[in-house]
Formats: sequence, C-alpha cells, structure tokens
Amino acid sequence: MSSTRPLLSVKDLAVSFATEDGVVHAVDGVSYTLAPREILAIVGESGSGKSVTVMTLMGLTRGVNARFGGSAVFGSTDLLTATEEQLERIRGNDIAMIFQDPMTSLDPVYKIGDQIIEQIRAHENVSKAVARDRTITLLDEVGIPRARERVDSYPHELSGGMRQRVMIAMALSCNPSILIADEPTTALDVTIQAQILERIKQLRDSTDTAVIIVTHDLGVVADIADRIVVMYSGRIVEQGTVDEIFYDPQHPYTWGLLGSITRLDRERPRRLPSIPGAPPSLLDPPKGCHFRPRCPHEFDRCQDVPPLEAHIAEVPGHLDRCWLSTEDKRVRREVGGGQIGLARPQEAPA
Amino acid sequence: MSTGEPGASGGETGASAADGAVTGATAKGDSNGTLLSVDHLKLYFPVRSGVVFRHEVARVHAVDDVTLRLRTGQTLGLVGESGCGKTTLARCLVRLLDPTDGSIKFEGRDITHASTREMRPLRSEIQIVFQDPYASLNPRKRVGQIIGTPMALHGTPKDEIPKRVRDLLARVGLSPEHVNRFPHEFSGGQRQRVGIARALALNPRLIVLDEPVSALDVSIQAQIVNLLDDLQDDLGLTYLFVAHDLSVVRHISDSIAVMYLGKVMELAPAEDLYAKPIHPYTSALLGAIPIPDPELNRRRARTPLEGEPPSAIDPPMGCRFHPRCPHATDVCRAVEPPLMRYADGHAAACHHPENVTAAEIQGATLSELSPLSAGDTNGSGDVPAAAGPEE
Repeated sequence: MSSTRPLLSVKDLAVSFATEDGVVHAVDGVSYTLAPREILAIVGESGSGKSVTVMTLMGLTRGVNARFGGSAVFGSTDLLTATEEQLERIRGNDIAMIFQDPMTSLDPVYKIGDQIIEQIRAHENVSKAVARDRTITLLDEVGIPRARERVDSYPHELSGGMRQRVMIAMALSCNPSILIADEPTTALDVTIQAQILERIKQLRDSTDTAVIIVTHDLGVVADIADRIVVMYSGRIVEQGTVDEIFYDPQHPYTWGLLGSITRLDRERPRRLPSIPGAPPSLLDPPKGCHFRPRCPHEFDRCQDVPPLEAHIAEVPGHLDRCWLSTEDKRVRREVGGGQIGLARPQEAPA
Repeated sequence: MSTGEPGASGGETGASAADGAVTGATAKGDSNGTLLSVDHLKLYFPVRSGVVFRHEVARVHAVDDVTLRLRTGQTLGLVGESGCGKTTLARCLVRLLDPTDGSIKFEGRDITHASTREMRPLRSEIQIVFQDPYASLNPRKRVGQIIGTPMALHGTPKDEIPKRVRDLLARVGLSPEHVNRFPHEFSGGQRQRVGIARALALNPRLIVLDEPVSALDVSIQAQIVNLLDDLQDDLGLTYLFVAHDLSVVRHISDSIAVMYLGKVMELAPAEDLYAKPIHPYTSALLGAIPIPDPELNRRRARTPLEGEPPSAIDPPMGCRFHPRCPHATDVCRAVEPPLMRYADGHAAACHHPENVTAAEIQGATLSELSPLSAGDTNGSGDVPAAAGPEE
C-alpha cells in the first residue's frame, strides 16, 4: 500500500494569518501523503487547523494577510506556489471539494442541474446536451430519486441530505483523483449521515477516487477511513492507520478524544469522560507541546516541542508527537476495564 | 410475519377494562411527582398564500397530539431528527409558541393559554437554554448584565445581584472575574455555561434544554453534560433535554421519548431504550450511529434507513413511519398505532413491535399517553390485534 507513489504529498505545511491582534499560526508543520484510492481522515476540534489544511490545497486561503510555508505536491505541481490559472485547471477537475454546509454552498438562483452542467463544461469541451445527460447519471449515482426531474430543481426545493448529494455529484462530475470532504455530514441527521457515508465508500470503490475527509467525529472516522491524522492546535499530534489509532493510540489527546465519545455498546459511565480545559488560542499558543496545559501526564520535557516520529519499531507509519515512552503510554492510557482515556491527574500512575 | 386483523378486536373488551384499572393506577402514581404534564398537545403552523387575500392553504403538523409527563427531579430526553417537532414542542412548554390544541399543566396549573402577565411569575420556575450559544447571548451586553437582568426584573434586591452573579459564574465553572466580559470573549463551551448561568439565575425548577451541546466539540460536550448532571443533583432540577441523536441523551436522561413527524414513537426508561428498542424507528436511529471501533464497524451489518422524513404538511396516513419502515404492512398504512405500554413502563406506537415476546404483546396495555386519533379507524376498540414479534 505504501509502496505506490503518493497522489498528494504535503510537507511541512505552515499557514499563518496576520490579524489585528497578531499572527495566528493556524497550521504549523503539517506533513502527510495520500495514496490512490485511500480514504484519509483529518480529525480535530474546532480551531485545530484541519479545515485550513485542506482549503489551502485548493488555494482557498490565499489572501494578502496569509503566509504559507512548506509544499503540497500534486502530480508535478506545488499547490502552494501554483499560479491561479494552474489552480483553476486543477480545482474541480483533479481535486474537488465538498463543504460542510450544503445550504450555503449551492447558488440559490440557479437550478442544480445547471450548476453541475456549468462545471462540466468549464473543464471539458462537451455540448450542453451531453453534459446534461451526464449530470442526470451523476445525480442518479449519488442516490437522488427521480434524477431526470430533480435536475431542474432549485436548491431550496431539496432537503439538506439531498443538497449534500448534489454537492457530491458536482464534485464527482469531472472524475477527480482526489475528493476533499470538509465535515460532509456534520449538518445532517444521523440516518442521512449513514446514507452519505455509505455512498462515499461506494464511490471510492467504483471510481478509484482518493478521499480526504475532515471531521471532528471519531465515530464517522472508524466507519470510513483507512488512515487517520489527528490534529491539535495547528499541529499533527498523531498519525496512523485506523486500527493503530483506535487500538494503540499514542498521544494523550487521542486518548482523550477516544475516551470522550459516548459508546452505546457499553455500560453507561457514572460521569462522562471529558478533556479538561479548552484548546489554546492560536495567537498565543503555549510553549512546547500545545496540549501541555490540558494534559494530566505533562512533565518537564514537555516544555520543548516533541517531534512527530515513529516510536514503535514494527509500525514505522504510526507517528506521534509525545515525549512519554511507549511503555509508559500503554500504562497511562488505561482508565480501567481495558478502556482508553485521559486519566484525571490524581488517578494518573506516579 | 402476520398482519394485524382488525376483526379480532371484538374479543378485547375484557382486556380493555383491565387496562383501564392499570392505567388509572399508573396515572395516580405519576401524579405524585409530576411537575409538568402535557396532554394531547398540538401545534399546527398555518401555510398562507395570496397577496391581497391571505388565506390558509395548508398546515404544518409540527406537534401532533403529544402527551408527556415530566417528573420532579428527573430528566426526560426528547430525541428526533430535524423537522420532527422536538424544538417546537420545547418552545411550546416555555410558552414561546402558542399551542393549537391540548393542554400544558405546570404543577396542576393550566398554562396552555396563560397570558404574558399570567406567565410572568412562572418564568422564574421554567427556564430554557438554547442550542446556539453564539446567537442566544446579546453581543452588546456584559456577562454580568446578561445573568443579572432576570434577577432585577424579578425583584432581587439590587445590592444582592452582583454577589449572586459571581456565585452563579463559579457554579457553572467560570471565573467570577469574567463578569465584565462580553460574549465574544468566550469560547462556545464557555458561552453555553453563561447561558446555563442565566437559566439558573431565578432558581428555576424546570429547565428546558434545547440541544444545549449540539454546537460544541465532543470533549466540551462531555464537560457541559457533566455540569448539567451536577447541577441537577445539587439543585434538584427537572430537565427536558432535547437532542437530535441518541448518543448524547443517554447519559443524562432517566427516560427518553423518541419523536417522528410530530408524534411520539417510543417512550422508555433510558437504559431499556438502548437495550431493547421496540419501535423500528428507534432501532434505525441507534443503528445509524457509527460505533467508534473499526473492528465492530466492519462486522456490523449496516442497513441504513432509506429515504427521508416526508413533509409534515401532508403526513402519511396510518403510522407516520410506514413509508420508511422495513416491516410496514397494510395495517400500518391504514391505522395509526396507539402507544402501547409493555413491561417496565416501556411504551411504543407500532403494529409490529420488535424485541418483545408474544406474552409481552398479550400483556400490553394502552398507555394513557396514547394519541386520541390512534387505534382502530372504526372506533370499535382501542387495542388493535397485535402481530407476532419480529425476529
């Protein structure tokens, strides 16, 4: 799997924005690769830089106050330094994006069909009739009933789930090699979320599109992802396959995330486990490890930024950013009953 | 799978009399600790058309004959997807909306159509926390004013207010020094704490929580749920906790009501609902929640619920869920299922209940919470012939 040439390789990506209050380091040294057909999940809370990471790939964060570092190579193009013309050819055609809010990402005054036809014709030299036929096929593929009639609907005539399907159809209209989905199901109900996730998985299998899915929901990730990148406060804190992250998590923040999900298949706990405190301000992040102020396992070495590296010899692909030793981590992440979580300070083993 | 036979209802008369005795006893048991009772509540929003002559062309059946009981010191979770009427119901209870029909009683006092003036003293008893902490706090007011204004309006002596505000801030886990800050200086989780402090300002007995954690990150959600849990223990509060999925409410609820298109589908003690959901819609809601365990996910056979909820303007005949239900039969399309009470206070409105034994179906009684319109269309009996248990 890792032997194939990556489709996309992001290296030391840094994004900062100059604001009135100071410089916000939204993304700080993020590196990952995406293999063909792979579903990569980027997980993190609000303000962790997960959306900025993927929007930067599409050139959507460019502006007078934005500064970029590192590289993001797709094919032979560095997406960070690509000209606007190069990006226009790539956007929609090679890399397509679905946004969180299907209510605001469609133009309310155009029929949905026309919006998809426009995109197809912007990238390919085909007649309107051909593009329309393809649009109907696409709508059908993403699970919109009566696609032949719905193609002439306006966005307001459709429900949230249907609009998100239209967004997916639009994103797939030019057979992109990468589909970026930024919180694609956050605004949707659980039963509709299950339908959309199922559809994304089927599409990956039938079209060979690689997918980057950005989400804050680890449940969604367990269902769909091959590999996971966990971000906290602008940095990657852990990265590995879905099984590595769920069954052998190395970073205390990941323990906290895994511990704070309500599990319907288990006894209900007396108190819901949570991560104390709140994420730090990106204007003035703490020195050293960004998770230090919330971490019950913090010690003096945490004053320095831990490197993102592999700590387990057998799994070189499993990286984390924590100073604790692997044995120590295995002991400390146990919170009783074989469950993983972020122990309270007083309960932490000495 | 056998279908229901409407003709069989004649033999049920003896059973119905026994039902009456049982439900009567239960109702009496309930009345001891019932703080708020909602009876056959309906709220229809008119859809109007025409420029010169505005006339009603249709009605959105947002809440359609819902009966619920809130017991003192307990939490009722109210769960359903968007458009099921859960928020409308919550807003009716605090009288932000006027119900079309039915009644709301707070401690036995009918407040269904109480005027603004009549409601004023009750405002200190019933409070609400809204979903969006970014929209529900006035951006131009300081936190101290936001929490202090309700006290001033309800006659707390002026010199006591600053101290009480500080106490409340500490109570909800904020620093008393935050009193002079504006809402924009807080994170989402902190703002929701301010919203909770404001709701607590008047020492209410009932707090309606309308999706209080949906807008927050997972790790923060747990903090807020724990806070609400502590407050309930310390202050003896009664909660109505509205949520759009079954994962959040599990921790905090004593009992849970599942709504779909304006109707209550299932009502059960919290753990029973998860252990053995009776209504297929509840099963579907539970099944749709992804399990945060890759191995279990791979093994789990997924049958996502197809389709979407139909329009509440023209809801389906019979059982509202039948167009999406995998077990739907002719009886579901024709007859609205009554809310039947099975063992252990677990009630569901379904012609083809799951996870119940034949004996439990035999012993089921009509719940006093059942909608008036439910049951046989010809009105011969309120207990339809039950179908065999679903395997």
